[in-house]
Order: sequence, then C-alpha cells, then structure tokens
Amino acid sequence: MNIRQLKQRFMLHLDPVLLSGLGALLLVSLIVLFSATDGNWWRIVGQLVNILVAFSALWIVANMPLHWLMRIALPLYLLGMILLIGVALFGDISHGARRWLNLGVAVIQPSELMKIAVPLMMAWYFEKHEATLTWRNHFIAAILLVMPVALIVRQPDLGTSILIAASGFYVLFLAGLSWRLMGALFVGALASAPFAWGMLHDYQRHRVMMLFDPSQDALGKGYHTIQGMIAVGSGGFFGKGYMNGTQTHLDFLPERSTDFIFAVFSEEFGFLGNLILLAIYIFIIGRGFIITANASTYFTRLMAGSITLTFFTYTFVNMGMVTGILPVVGVPLPLLSYGGTSMLTLMLGFGVLMSIHTHQRLVKT
Amino acid sequence: MMSKIELKDHQREIYFFRLRLFLSLGFVGLMLFILLLRFFYLQVIRHGHFETMAESNRIYVVPTVPNRGVITDRNGVVLARNYAGYTLEITPDKVADMQATIAEIGKLVEIKPKDLRRFKKLMSERRSLQTLPIRTRLSDEEVARFASQRYRFPGVEIKARLFREYPLTDVTSHLLGYIGRINQQEITQLEDDDNANNYLGSEYIGKTGIEQFYENDLHGVTGFEQVEVDAGGRAVRMLSHTAPQSGKNLTLTLDAKLQEIAMQAFGDYRGALVAIDPNNGEVLAFVSKPGYDPNLFIDGIDTENWEALNNSPDVPLNNRALRGQYPMGSTIKPYMALAALHYKSRSPSYSISDPGYYKLAGSSHQYRDWKAGGHGRVDMFKSIQVSCDTYYYGLATELGIDRMHDFLELFGFGKKTGIDMEGEVSGLLPSTAWKMKRYNQVWYPGDTVSAGIGQGYHLITPLQLAFATATLANDGVGFQPHLVKDIQGQEGEPRPATQAILNVKIAPDDLALVKRALVAVTQPGGTAVAANYGAPYSVAGKTGTAQVVSMKQGEKYDASKVSEYNRDHAWFIAYAPADKPRIAMAVLAENGGHGGGTAAPIARKVLDYYLLGKVPTPLKKADEKAAVQSD
Repeated sequence: MNIRQLKQRFMLHLDPVLLSGLGALLLVSLIVLFSATDGNWWRIVGQLVNILVAFSALWIVANMPLHWLMRIALPLYLLGMILLIGVALFGDISHGARRWLNLGVAVIQPSELMKIAVPLMMAWYFEKHEATLTWRNHFIAAILLVMPVALIVRQPDLGTSILIAASGFYVLFLAGLSWRLMGALFVGALASAPFAWGMLHDYQRHRVMMLFDPSQDALGKGYHTIQGMIAVGSGGFFGKGYMNGTQTHLDFLPERSTDFIFAVFSEEFGFLGNLILLAIYIFIIGRGFIITANASTYFTRLMAGSITLTFFTYTFVNMGMVTGILPVVGVPLPLLSYGGTSMLTLMLGFGVLMSIHTHQRLVKT
Repeated sequence: MMSKIELKDHQREIYFFRLRLFLSLGFVGLMLFILLLRFFYLQVIRHGHFETMAESNRIYVVPTVPNRGVITDRNGVVLARNYAGYTLEITPDKVADMQATIAEIGKLVEIKPKDLRRFKKLMSERRSLQTLPIRTRLSDEEVARFASQRYRFPGVEIKARLFREYPLTDVTSHLLGYIGRINQQEITQLEDDDNANNYLGSEYIGKTGIEQFYENDLHGVTGFEQVEVDAGGRAVRMLSHTAPQSGKNLTLTLDAKLQEIAMQAFGDYRGALVAIDPNNGEVLAFVSKPGYDPNLFIDGIDTENWEALNNSPDVPLNNRALRGQYPMGSTIKPYMALAALHYKSRSPSYSISDPGYYKLAGSSHQYRDWKAGGHGRVDMFKSIQVSCDTYYYGLATELGIDRMHDFLELFGFGKKTGIDMEGEVSGLLPSTAWKMKRYNQVWYPGDTVSAGIGQGYHLITPLQLAFATATLANDGVGFQPHLVKDIQGQEGEPRPATQAILNVKIAPDDLALVKRALVAVTQPGGTAVAANYGAPYSVAGKTGTAQVVSMKQGEKYDASKVSEYNRDHAWFIAYAPADKPRIAMAVLAENGGHGGGTAAPIARKVLDYYLLGKVPTPLKKADEKAAVQSD
C-alpha cells in the first residue's frame, strides 16, 4: 500500500464536506480558546488532544458497518440505563449534583453515553417494527426516552436531559409521530408545567426566573446572563479585536472557555464574526440534512436526522443562553467549548453520520 | 402484488419522512433566524448600552483626596497641620461578628476603652459601607504586627492617611474650630451645593471656626484616577489621572504667641479677649476661655469626653468671644459721652454734683453710684476717668433711649460684625420700638437710667466691643474685623475683608476730649491704674462691671456673699499706644468683679507683649523648659 492508497483507505468512510465544516469549527475553537484562556498554550494542547481522541473515535465509528451499529443499540442502551441507575444509587456528588459514577478505574458520566444510546435505541426500535408501526410503538419508544431523561433530570442535569429529550423527540417526530398525538403531548406538557416546576431544584427555578429579569440578582444568579449579554452587546458590529475583549480578559465572563465561549467569540469578533460562525454551523447542519435525506434505511434516516437536529439544538440552546433568550443550562457550544466528553460524544455522532453516508454509497456503487 | 404494495408503502414512507425533514429544516431556519435577530439587537441596536456597561464594569474611578491647607498665624507659627499616620479601620458591613473581631484585634493592637466608646458612637451614625477607625496613630510595631495577621480579619484594614492636628489645642480651639467626619446632613448639604463629587474620597469637613468658614479653600480639589479593574476589583492598570489640587494654606491675622499669652493671662478666670489692629481690622488675638482640645473631635469624640465638655459648668464649648452676650457695664460711658457731645446734650465743661445716687424727677427711687457718697463735682472728663455712674444716669435721661440707640448703632452695637466665622450673634441694642415689638410694652424712664451705665437690656459680645473700641481708637473709622490675612495663591491681593465698614463722624475736639479721658483712666486717679503703671507706652482704657444678678434697693453688693457664678463680670477695653493705636481690645473676665482689678491686668500683659515683646514670667519659664526638653 503506498501513501496514496493509504490516504484513500483513510478517507474511505469519511465525508470530506462534513469534515471541512468540522475542521473549520475546530480551528475557530482553538483560536477562541487561546484568547479565552489568556494565551494558555496548555489548554490548546489539551484541546488538541481532545480533538485527536474524538477524531479517532469518529474514524472508527465511521468505518463501522451499519448493521454493527444496529447490533449494539440495545446493549448500549441497557448498559446506559444500568449505569444511570447506578449513578442514582451510588453516584459521586460534586457541585450539588450526582452525575458521576466511580468505577474504580475511572470516573464516568453515563448521561453522556445516553446522548448516543437513546436515539440509537429508538431508531433501532422503529426499524425493527417498521412494517407494523402503530401508535403503540410510538408510545413504547416514548417510554424508552422518558426513563433515562427522568433519571438525568433528577441528578440534576437540566442541560443534558434537554438535549437527550430533544434527540429522542426528533426520532419520534421523524418516525411519523401523529400530529394529533403531538398536540396532545404539547397540551399535556403545558398542563403539567406547574407540576414540573415543583419538581425542579431551586437553582434551576432561579435560572428560569433570571431569564425574565436577570438584573434582579445581578451579582448572584443573574450574573452569568448579564455578563454574557454585556460581552456580546459590547462587541458591536466588528468586535473589539482578537485578545482585546475586556469582559473576557478582565475576568468578568464566567465559564469563558466552556459554556460561555460564544460570548468571548462574540465580544472579540462582533456581529460580523457571529455571521461567519453561524454560517459554518449552518453548513454542517445543512450537510447533515442532505445526508439524512439521502439515507437509505429507516434506521439510518431516523438516526441521521436525530444527530443533525440535536447538533442544531446544542448550538441554539448555547447561543440562546449566552445571549439571554434561554435560561442558563449547562450546555456547551458544540465543538467550540473546551472539554473532552462533549467533543467525543459529538464526534461519535458525526462518525455515525459519516458511516451512514459512506456505507450506503458503497452499497449503491 | 405484495412487493408492489410494499414498494408503494416505501415510497409513501420516504415522502412522509422528507415532509417531516423539510418541516424540521423550516424549524431550524426559523430558530437560527431568531438567533440572528438577537445578535443584531444586542450588537447593533443596543451596542451603545452594552458598551457603556462594559466600560463601567472595567473602569473604576478612584478619587484622590487633596491635602488640606495648613493654617499658620501671621508669623508663620503652624496652628493646624497634617501628619502622616496609620489607622486601623473596620468596614462594619463586611464583618459578621463585630465583638469577636474587635476582641481578636485587641490581642494584636492595644484598644483602649476610649477607642471602643468612640467606635460605638461612630457605629451609631455611620453610612453604609463606610470604614470606621477603631484605632488611630498606630505605632510602626503595631502596624507590622497586624499586617502579618491581616488575612484573619476580612473587612479590617490599615490605612495610611494624613491626619489633622492642632498643636496649640485649647489655645486656638474656638478660633480654628476643627474638622470632623462628614455626617449625613453635611452630605445632603454638599449635594444641594452640587459639590458632592469633590468630597467623594473625603472623610472630613470643617465643622466650626476657620476650618468651617474657609472649608472651600482649605479642602482643595479632589483628583481622580481612572483605573481598569478586573472582576475581582483588582486594579490592572491606570487609564488616566487627574492630580488633586491641595487645599490652600491660610495665613491668619492672629499672633499665636499673643493668643497664648492672653490665654495664660486669664489665669483661672473664664472669659474672652478680642484684640484687633484698629488700622486694618486684623484680629490679633481671639480668646474664649476655657477652650477645649479640638483634636478629640477629629475622629469622633468619645462619649465620656463629650459629656465632660458638654456638662461642665464652665461651658468650654461656648465660643464666648463670638457668641457670649453680656451687659456692657461702664464700657458704654465713652460712647455715651460722645453721644452727649454729638447731640449737644451736655458740653464738656458741664458738671454735676454727685451725691452718690440719682433720682428721677417725681420718684424716690435711688439709682446708686458705685462709690457711696459720690465723686463730688464731676464733668465729662472726670466722669470717664472715675467712671461716675450718677453723671450717666442723668445723661441717659436727657438723651433718651432712642438717641442712645441711634448713636451706639453707629459703632456697630446690635449688629453682627461680619467676622469670618459662622455663628456670630448680634447682641441687643434696645430702643422704644424694640421694647414695644418684643414685649408690647412702653419704654419706662427708669429703663433709660440704668441703660446709661450699660445695664438693663443692653447685650454685647466681646467681639462687638473690641470692634467698637478699635473704631473709637481709629477716630471713628472701623475696619471689618477678620481672621484670615492671606489665602495661598492670593497673597498680597487686598482681601475683601479689609475695608472700612464703619465711619462715625465725630468732631475732632469731642474725640480728643474723650480719648484724653480714656488715657486718664489708666493714670493715677483713674479706675485702671494697673493697665499702665510703669509702662513706657500710654494706654487708653475703660473699665466696666456687668451685673449678673441685680441688687435690691438698699442692698449692698458683696462679692463674698454671692456664689462664684453669680458674681459680676469684669470688663476692660483698651487701645495703645494712646496717640497712635496699634492694638485695641476688649477683655471680659466672667465673674471677675471689678474691671480695673481683674480685666485690666490681663490687658496689660497682652499690651506688654504686643508693644514691647515682653513675655510674662510664668510663660517664659514654661517656654525655657520646653526649649530644654526639645534640645
């Protein structure tokens, strides 16, 4: 095998279009991260390692035939559920939340696994019952979704549970959940809102309240939102210039290398930068839609659609939270925020997407 | 057949799926458009607002307090100065358990009960987030000891600051006044005057005396530093700097040594002395005795000291020279004589035969002369020399109270002098109109008789009498009495204060007669020989005795039978040298009895120093001792 062949083999199951979008985003990520950490090279190295690990996972998943994916759907889901229950019973508490499970060799966060496992399980379930799909199947799929989400809400981890709920809902929606049932669900959700409000933890309620009037508690719970909005707003049309954001470099922005990294970007690159960044996201999401539309099986369509829409949801929730139109829930900006776990999960998703795209292409030719 | 249906279903299914996908796409587009709108709103429409917020986030304006102007006397002796020192200050809002904190601090730095009392008082009147001193004047050792343990005391800090100090303490207390911590009322006042910005970093403001009157000059202009801070409030770098302008130094007209000698000369007497240069209105000495230590007030006086000062029967906080109102006594006589000449009521040569009392026509009531049996034949000259009461009982009756009022008013009685101090009072110059207005009563002829010797309704302040004496010494031209000679930066410029505000037209012959008589007062045969005995300069003077309690008809005043605080006040007015006066003064010794006996010797010591440079012996000794110690 010469180098050209090696390269061909390497790229065989990768989608160059999607890959270029992801590459652009990761490049932006490194640039912004450097500013957000006040020029800390170690964080850049750390993020590079994260990228490398996540990309390897992407490559491996992309090279997995689709029936492998289908085969692991159920075991993965069951494993996730067991771990979630384990967390609820024996999990480590940190920052007031029980999200981590100490397995002796490593501390893991099973909810991250569920981001992939839940839509995979649901898509597999629908594929299995494709021929005889009734509302009953939708109901069972919904239960498959609600069980892990409920466990994660109770941890409490609002951000992750919203994302998993969204990814599951997208599967249901694309699988043809009847409008009437959706309407009923919507009404039901509204009706149970007061009850759900009671279920929320105090700090979660605060975050929702702060959305309506962040200045009410400017130094407390509203601080994140206000400082984020100030950073974004003061960036203006052209931004303050790279490494020149005052909100960023004078420590006013909290969580600026993770959840609030978009505020750093926005402050330094302005409205113009936001347009470009948004264009990159739209490019990736658009590519996801095309892959979804061209997917050949019921399973792959549902899976690809869910991954794409979840990626969009990630983006929207984070940007909405930083700019103050959504409450502060711990959702990182996909592929921009520092962090290995979310990077890995997202890249796994894109690996699945590429696998779907490239394997059926191979089948066709 | 079967496969066909399946195929159809398959296509239908794809159709439905793509419809759903298309709907999702619409949803995604809509949401991203909302985000875009939000970006536009924040970054373009509301950009100005958020930019301001970001700026106010990072830019912190730190006021730089100007140094307060130094006050010196006319010879450069420092009366109010600033010294650098350390205080230990607590921000009560940042301290959870105040008692425990203070107890812990007490283990490192000595905290006296006095400090605690003062701190408690400050606590009760503090503003929010204000820092309050628990200890002042820390030694270097104490500073070092606390600094090493600082981390244990959040909300407690050592501050290096300039402190005000009044080295002459009680000698200049009533004159200089003092500064103190700004209170809520003063903040409101500063805000009303649109001056609050200039006091952003200031903690002190002039409360009384010169410190209060010249607050604007002494305070200076606050400087500002624009500092970039991070979220933790730490200064990252300085953006701009406007230096403060120090307060202006004041040079007083006062002669500190003269003031000190005058203060000492009072001995144990309470009273007041105001000495003025009649040629320009410069106040040379301004004594109110007893004084107090103004240094106690600067960081808030503790309750114990405050009550001691406030409840003392000697009323040390009362500025007697400025605000004490007393009957004039016989010091009214030279002005009465001038009134007689002015209204041509009595000629200089007109004389009476003094039987020792005066009776109004148709009344048996006797107005007694101070000298039983009387002074014999008394003309105007002698009436002043021996202070004959009978002469003035009759003269007052002839003049009438309204003409007395009009003439005395020319010398500034009944009006504030307008000296550069707050809180002056105007005394009382009675007239028929005044009595009708005040008491709704007609004026009785009997009121006029006692008014002739300065008793009854008449009330004056020592400052007023000193001013009237200076005006008389300067032949009827009275210069505005003032305490500040120069304000730094305006040296040599004529002060608005230095102008004639009184100009009494007196015939030269009349004036000469009265002035000669005043000189005779201090010569053998006069009532105040002590004022001039053996002096190489000539003194014009007049004694006075102000009754505190009135005697019943036929009762004889006996000082030994009257309680100390009810004894007569002793007055002495003087100017010297008599032919070319350089100093004029009024001396009041409260409950001092006769003016010639107690007040005149005080005046003599002041004159000896001012005209001859002679320092009284006890003071000299104290000075020599001080000199030895300082060596």
